[in-house]
Formats: sequence, C-alpha cells, structure tokens
Amino acid sequence: MIPMKEDTILQIEGLSMVFGGLRAIDNVDLYIKRGEICALIGPNGAGKTTIFNCITGVYKPTEGTIAIRNRDGTPEYIHGLKPHVINKKGLARTFQNIRLFSNMTVLENVMIGRHNSLTAGVFRSIFRDAATRQEEERVIEESYQILRKLNLHEFVNERACNLPYGAQRRLEIARALATDPFLLLLDEPVAGMNPQETKELEETIHLIREEGHLTILLIEHDMSLVMNVSERIYVLDYGRLIAEGSPGEIKSNPEVIKAYLGEA
Amino acid sequence: MKQNGILKDIAQALLQGLWFVFLLFPLLVMKVSVVGGVASVTFRWNNIPLVFVAAVGGSLLWRWALRWNEQKGARDPENSLGVRIQNGVSAFLKQNRLARVVLPLFFIGALLAYPLISGMYHTNVMISALIYVMLALGLNIVVGLGGLLNLGYAAFFAVGAYTYGLLWKHTGPWLAQVGIDPSWLFWISLPLAGFVALLFGVLLSLPVLRLRGDYLAIITLAFGEIFRMVLQNSGDITGGATGISLIPRPWFFGIQLTPHMAAIYIYYITLSLVVFTIFVVRRIENSRVGRALEAMREDEIACEAMGIDLVKNKLITFALGAFWAGVAGVLLAAQTTYINPDSFTLWESIMVLMAVVIGGTGSIPGVIAGTLVLKLLPEYFRALAQYRMLLYGVAMIIVILFKSDGLIPRRRTEYRLEQEGSTSPEGHL
Repeated sequence: MIPMKEDTILQIEGLSMVFGGLRAIDNVDLYIKRGEICALIGPNGAGKTTIFNCITGVYKPTEGTIAIRNRDGTPEYIHGLKPHVINKKGLARTFQNIRLFSNMTVLENVMIGRHNSLTAGVFRSIFRDAATRQEEERVIEESYQILRKLNLHEFVNERACNLPYGAQRRLEIARALATDPFLLLLDEPVAGMNPQETKELEETIHLIREEGHLTILLIEHDMSLVMNVSERIYVLDYGRLIAEGSPGEIKSNPEVIKAYLGEA
Repeated sequence: MKQNGILKDIAQALLQGLWFVFLLFPLLVMKVSVVGGVASVTFRWNNIPLVFVAAVGGSLLWRWALRWNEQKGARDPENSLGVRIQNGVSAFLKQNRLARVVLPLFFIGALLAYPLISGMYHTNVMISALIYVMLALGLNIVVGLGGLLNLGYAAFFAVGAYTYGLLWKHTGPWLAQVGIDPSWLFWISLPLAGFVALLFGVLLSLPVLRLRGDYLAIITLAFGEIFRMVLQNSGDITGGATGISLIPRPWFFGIQLTPHMAAIYIYYITLSLVVFTIFVVRRIENSRVGRALEAMREDEIACEAMGIDLVKNKLITFALGAFWAGVAGVLLAAQTTYINPDSFTLWESIMVLMAVVIGGTGSIPGVIAGTLVLKLLPEYFRALAQYRMLLYGVAMIIVILFKSDGLIPRRRTEYRLEQEGSTSPEGHL
C-alpha cells in the first residue's frame, strides 16, 4: 500500500533528476490536494519544466517516487511509465514552447485529444460501420463543445499554425482538456500574452476547474496570474524546493525574494 | 533600392558565369584524344562564351524565379494553384448538375476503354503506371500520414513479387503435373503477398521504433539493400541473380489468354485494385487511426502526451504501407512474368518517394498525379531518355523550392458545425 493522504491527488517524494553531472532536480517533495490550483514558480533554469517532464513520463526520474490517486480512490505509482499510459490515467499537460499539430485544423487537434475516448481500430476505420460513424459524429460534437468553452469555435477549420499566438495557447489547453484529465499541468499558459488575454485566461482557468472538477498545477512567470489564480505556491531554485505556502506567505518570504532578486 | 538589387543580381550572375567557365573548362573546352598511344589536347575555345552566356542566363532566371516566388507567397497552401484548381472544379461541379453526372462517367468510361482502344504496348505502360500508383499510395501512408521516411520501400515490393514467384516456382510445376490449373496461385498470392509484406513491415519497424528522420531513412535504406542482397545470394531458394522466369499470367476462368488479352485482363485487375486502394486509404485518412498517424508526423512528443501509443502507431504505419507494396509486387510479377533482384533496387524506392513528394505529400489526388507524371512522361518522351535523371532532379528542385506542398496539396477535411447541435463533415476530393 502506498502511504498517501486521503485528499492528496499527486504525491512526489524525494524526486531527483540527474543529467550527466547536472542535478536538475534535487530531492523534491510535492503534494497536490484534490481540486486546488497550485503554482510552481522559480527563476529560469530552476527545474520546473523538468518536474513536469518527470510527472508526465517524458523523463524517467533518477530517484524518488511519483504517485497519483486514481479516480476510484486507489493510489498508484506512475514514475517510469510511458507518457501515453500516464495520459490515459488522467494527467494531461500543455507545453511551454507550443507543440500543436500545426498542419492540422483546430478541430482535429482537439479530436486527437479525444483519441482514447474512441475505440475504432484499423478495420473498423476501413469498414466504417454504424457504430464508428456515430463515434465520429460524437467526437466532432464533443470537440466542438470544448472549443466553445475556450472561445475557439470561430477557428474550427483553421490550420493550427495560422492561429494568433494567444489562441494557440488556448488550443493547447483545449487539446489537453479533451483527454478528460483529473489533473491538468499547464506549462506557462500565458507566456507571450498581453494583459487583456492574461485576464481572460485567468477566468478560463477558474471556469475549467469548476466545470471539470479538475486539479491544476501550473508553471508561470507572470506573477499577477500566479498570485490571482493559485491557492498554494511551491518555489523552486536550482532544483531545490525553497518555499511553500499561500500567495501572501510567498510574497514576503525572504528566501524567495533572495532567489528572484539576488543577495542585497 | 530596387535598382540596386538588380545591379547586385547582375554582378553576381556574371561572377557565377565566370565560375562556371572555370569549373567546366576541363570538360567542355579541353578535349583529350589519344591516337596511337599519343595523347593530344585540343582546345575548343568557342565553347567558353556559350558556357558563360548559359550560366549567366540561368543564374538570372533562377534569381528572378526566387523573387517572384517570394512576392507571390506561393508557399501559402491556401493560395496555391493546385488548391485553386481543386476548389474551382468542386465549385463547378456543385453548380452544374449535368457536368456532375457526365464528367465522372466520361472519366470512368475513358479508364475502362483505354486498353481496348490502345495497343498492347500502351496498355502495358499504363499497367506499370498503375502499379506505381498503388506503391505510391502505400508509401504515402508511411511518409505522408505517418511522417516516417522509408527508403527501403522497394523491399516490400520485392516481398510481394517473390511471394507469387516462389509460390509458383515451388508448387506450380507439380500442380501442372497433377493436372491442376496453376493460375489460381495468382489469386491466392494477391492477399497472401499483402500479408507477408505486412509481416515484413512489422518486423522492420520493430528495430526502428526509436528512430526518426535521417536515422530512420538510413536504416530503412540499409534494410532495402540487405533484402535485395539476400535475394541475390540465396540462389537455392530464390533463383539468385537470374531470378524467377516464366511466371504465369492470370488465366481467365480456366482459359489461358494470349499475351495481349492477358495484358488487358491485368489492366482491369490493377485498375480495380487501385480503386480499392484509394477507397481504403481515404477511409483511413479520415478516421481515428489516420488522425493519430498525422499527429505522430506533426509532433511525436505532443502525440504521446495526448495518450497515443507511438509504438503501436508506428507498427500500423509500416504494416499498412507494406501491405500495398506487397499486392503491387504480385501484379508486377504477373505482368512481366519475370522477376529478379535488380527490379527492386534503391532506385525504385526513390522513384516512388519522388512521386509522392512531387505530387503532394499526404494528398491522394496529388500522389496519383505525381506518379502518372513521373512514370508516363518518360515513356512518351523516349527521345529525352538520356536526360531522364537530369530532368527528375530539376523537377524535384523546382517542386521543393517553389511548391513544397506538391502539385496538388492535401486539402483538409472541413467540418460544418451548426450552432448548437447537428454536425456534418464535408468531405474533400
């Protein structure tokens, strides 16, 4: 049995990731509670994205454990599993450097997110029986509803690469939502957005959390978003956790100020 | 400013002219002739101005074309000629009911009547072209949808041809002795070769699952060559370099056909199989499986993060691609009645890949057009046969620089979504 608190949905303990001689993450413990919006901040190169990559299976952690609480309440270790398996368990992510399927349409991008809610294999795709046709119609409708939620429905048939920057970021979120996650990992969702767009996305993040009963872990450099949206903040510096607490506590934490501004 | 640019262009063109004169001097100006063991050099000085003028002219033309391309924004896929023609045709068909009935009927009629009105030679040329269409459609699944560069594709073609050839070689004479018509081996071979090729596709994809791009290309290239070497050197089983000859053409319900009649028969078989291939490939393209393959082409990491199993996806890609090559191989063996390892060199793989790229990667009408251009034009311009490679190269460079989407680029499926509710996908092609 994995020791895990009842309300914890993601539990990282003793996580380390070593690249050659570099300890990118050093003995990090992280606990995310069900339903909260939690932020992971830190200066450039602190290892935030590396933690995301460990959680989502892109990297296999050198040491430590990562456990999730499944939908049915049973805890399970996920470190070392492949990215697509982890996604199927209900963890979805967006990417810091936008990674859309750029030559496909906006709707198709979201439809790919729904891949695992469909069942048609090669033969059923070729024969296209009634069940497969229904399934396809259903996925189109569902994907369209997700696009509406993120205010992208005007772009349905547009190629993803032709979208304005802010819309591309939103499409990344839409695509991740399409996989029906219980934990959403957002890697710098407002990077490069203007204040107006940031404000809108802030509302969107609240909205998707309420509607989808989601837990959200986000990496962000935009402090206004972090302070407004998150309930708890972890601060990372040189691969180590240096602080944890509410936005108010973090703002006045001397360690954090030192990490961001340097020693006086 | 613009004046300046033109002057700069001219100056660079002149420099390039001089450079070409220097480069080609030993080839076009000096001529060494050996008479009775004594070498003498003749200088053909009047070639110099010709080379110079040609190089300067070519360079200027090239620069002008690049400029023109930049200004026109020809790379914008929505704006390219192929897309506009496709849109124009579909708009015309939508408006004109008569044309919507008559044009396809005329097209189908022409395809069906072709072997009857043209001679045996032209029928055979068309059969080879159609076999290549099938190959290209198969490779299009691998390269166009899956984005996996496969340079060993001819190996699967060989698997198909040899499946039929070997099946006949080892059981045919015996069957004839016993008194059974051996021609039905052809019909057994069609699906069998497809599945054997599919099996080889899966076997090949296992070691290359982690590879992508250049590395994948090199490994598949090596696989293709190794496979050909094995065919060549295991003479006991495969007939070695001399191959397998006297493979029977298919019989028509127990009647042996004359070569001409057999060609017509094979034409119809090939045509229907091509239609079948188009049908299947189109179904796959617009399905859950096809979308997953395309996502893999676009971005492997994001694809995995969306819960798609890359290993399974790659196996599907290779298997589906190899299947059609296998079927096409049987047709080749039946048409030519003779196969040997030299029919399946790297060059065949490159030819098919070139057809896919020139036609339009991922686009079914594009791939068909590309193959027909590449296979039929050389047949009707035999006079230029010695410049074939040169022309292919030039065509390739021009397409990649000016129309990187190919002759007829892929059009994406558009979905018409009404506000609140009913959905209807609007197909393309």
